[in-house]
Amino acid sequence: MSESSYFPPRRSILRKPSWAARLESSFFVLLRVATYGVLLAAAAIFIDIGWKGGRVVFQAAPPFINVPFLTQAPETLNVFTLDGQTVKMGDRDFRAYKAANPEKLRDVHVSTYVYSAGGIFPNIVGTVLLVLGSMVIALALGVCSAVYLSEYAKDGPFIRLLRLSIANLAGVPSIVFGLFGFGLFVVAFDWNVSLIAGWFTLAFMVLPIIITASEEALRAVPKGLREGSLALGATKFQTIRTNVLPYALPGILTSSVLAIARVAGETAPIMFTAAYVVRDQMPWQVEQWTDFFFQGVMALPYHIYVVASKIPQNDYTSDVQYGTAFVFLFTVAAIALAAILLRARMRKKYRW
Amino acid sequence: MSTATLKPADSPTPIPRAPMPPAFVEIDRLNFFYGDKQALFDITLGIPEKQVTALIGPSGCGKTTLLRCLNRMNDLVDVARIGSGEIRIDDINIYDPRVDVIELRKRVGMVFQKSNPFPKSIYENIAYGLRLHGIKQKSQLDEIVEKSLRGAALWDEVKDRLHDSGLGLSGGQQQRLCIARTIAVEPDVILMDEPCSALDPLATAKVEDLIQELKARFTIVIVTHNMQQAARVSDYTAFFYLGKLIEFQSTRDIFTNPKNPQTEAYVSGRFG
Ligand SMILES: Nc1ncnc2c1ncn2[C@@H]1O[C@H](COP(=O)(O)OP(=O)(O)O)[C@@H](O)[C@H]1O
Ligand SMILES: [Mg+2]
Repeated sequence: MSESSYFPPRRSILRKPSWAARLESSFFVLLRVATYGVLLAAAAIFIDIGWKGGRVVFQAAPPFINVPFLTQAPETLNVFTLDGQTVKMGDRDFRAYKAANPEKLRDVHVSTYVYSAGGIFPNIVGTVLLVLGSMVIALALGVCSAVYLSEYAKDGPFIRLLRLSIANLAGVPSIVFGLFGFGLFVVAFDWNVSLIAGWFTLAFMVLPIIITASEEALRAVPKGLREGSLALGATKFQTIRTNVLPYALPGILTSSVLAIARVAGETAPIMFTAAYVVRDQMPWQVEQWTDFFFQGVMALPYHIYVVASKIPQNDYTSDVQYGTAFVFLFTVAAIALAAILLRARMRKKYRW
Repeated sequence: MSTATLKPADSPTPIPRAPMPPAFVEIDRLNFFYGDKQALFDITLGIPEKQVTALIGPSGCGKTTLLRCLNRMNDLVDVARIGSGEIRIDDINIYDPRVDVIELRKRVGMVFQKSNPFPKSIYENIAYGLRLHGIKQKSQLDEIVEKSLRGAALWDEVKDRLHDSGLGLSGGQQQRLCIARTIAVEPDVILMDEPCSALDPLATAKVEDLIQELKARFTIVIVTHNMQQAARVSDYTAFFYLGKLIEFQSTRDIFTNPKNPQTEAYVSGRFG
């Protein structure tokens, strides 16, 4: 009795047309089209912002960058026609000009457009400060909880409930975090609309990302390294500090890059807790250093929101919106890049 | 405490044998469980001082479990527990609640089956344990690092790249680095869990030679599934089967004159 009788007869290895194969290849095309569609949409957004925003941020004449846009505070734009020419002036210049030539402007009609002159420097500073502060808090709290959850906690109903809450926290809309931060930090703690209230609100918003990713990074550290350290007579804490956490840091930083993008970009959590529509002083212009934490700031995403929805729209505001969006993307990319570079350095140092 | 009482109670001694050196680690009627599953049954065994003791037996018979009881590495396993019995070092039960596990592990070092150098420099791999012991001075560290690497027969191979990552070494070198790291802190006992299972024959030979040298200074317990290795490196051999200690004799006797038919079947390669 031959064993091969159980099997169908040998078939040619040449391809045979079949409906299944056709279905498969058309399904493959569908997947491909879907992916390209996403890419196309992303490209459209970036090109739109890059093109229209780039025109605001860059210029043809040296120094090629619109320096005032990056270094000045927002101002009201004054537009008027003088001797047949259209003149655009920021508020400060306009007032000086008016004081110098009072009779020249007597019968001239001046249109004013808020926030359309000057630049967005305080907003850049504010966003950078919000990102740095909230990431410090989020990483400190998040890494501690992750270490506790993955290294110390024994699995039980309480820990399961804790993990469930963390997972749920990730799904809470950012506006709810904003209201929570307003209720707790701004009102109950009496911190007012301030950097510190915004930091904690933003930090809580990204905590789930940080905790989940940090836990994963900690678990990815081979068990052998912990055992090797413990077998030498290290305590658990020494082991975690010197032979677990450092190796998990690159993974933790990866999650921070995601968190940075969210922290920098969300408007809802800061609009009741930290963001001012307009503020004349820069964050470092405080009387005491403690005041630093209790001042509100201007921020890029909130500025986009205000300029795009709270004031009459026209070509000038459109320029500010695109320019701000462009700078915003660039700022987030720069902070994220810094985190990525830091991660690369650590990876090189600790590789297993 | 005489070592005779630590032998399995039912083992007859028909032929007079050389007396065993005094036991350094005394395992006394140890029963060990993973949850409800018993992994070690009534183990009584005296591990002689400054000798190499091999634990052999088919896989799953509990060799690793017993080894990891000796430095309480099993504490890391949630479900692991000692049912009854003691393990004594210096007449102190290491499972006594008053025992400081950290101090115990400083005296009972361990080399793992899968070599696990830290992803740090070769130098730091060894200095790490020394710092845990409070040695901080650079000159002292330098001296002990060199001494340990020499002791692990690794110095000549790595002396020019002490500050390169330990992970850049070959498998055999990594395992010797782990041995160097262990001997650097001068434990009394070194536990080795199949230290050569991932090494090629040449690297294995080097580690085996090393074990022979270390015997003068340390009490060594080595788990191996390789009977030739047990025969080559050990002075005493304990044969385990299904969580029970079947026979514990001098290595020569286990291999040439086993008393138990199961031992004989195993060492002659008829099962396992
Ligand atoms: N962490 C654990 N949890 C539950 N059972 C385990 C665990 N580790 C080992 N065992 C069981 O204990 C027995 C002995 O295992 P082990 O000591 O690893 O054997 P060996 O090292 O001799 O191959 C095996 O049956 C194994 O399945
Ligand atoms: Mg084993």
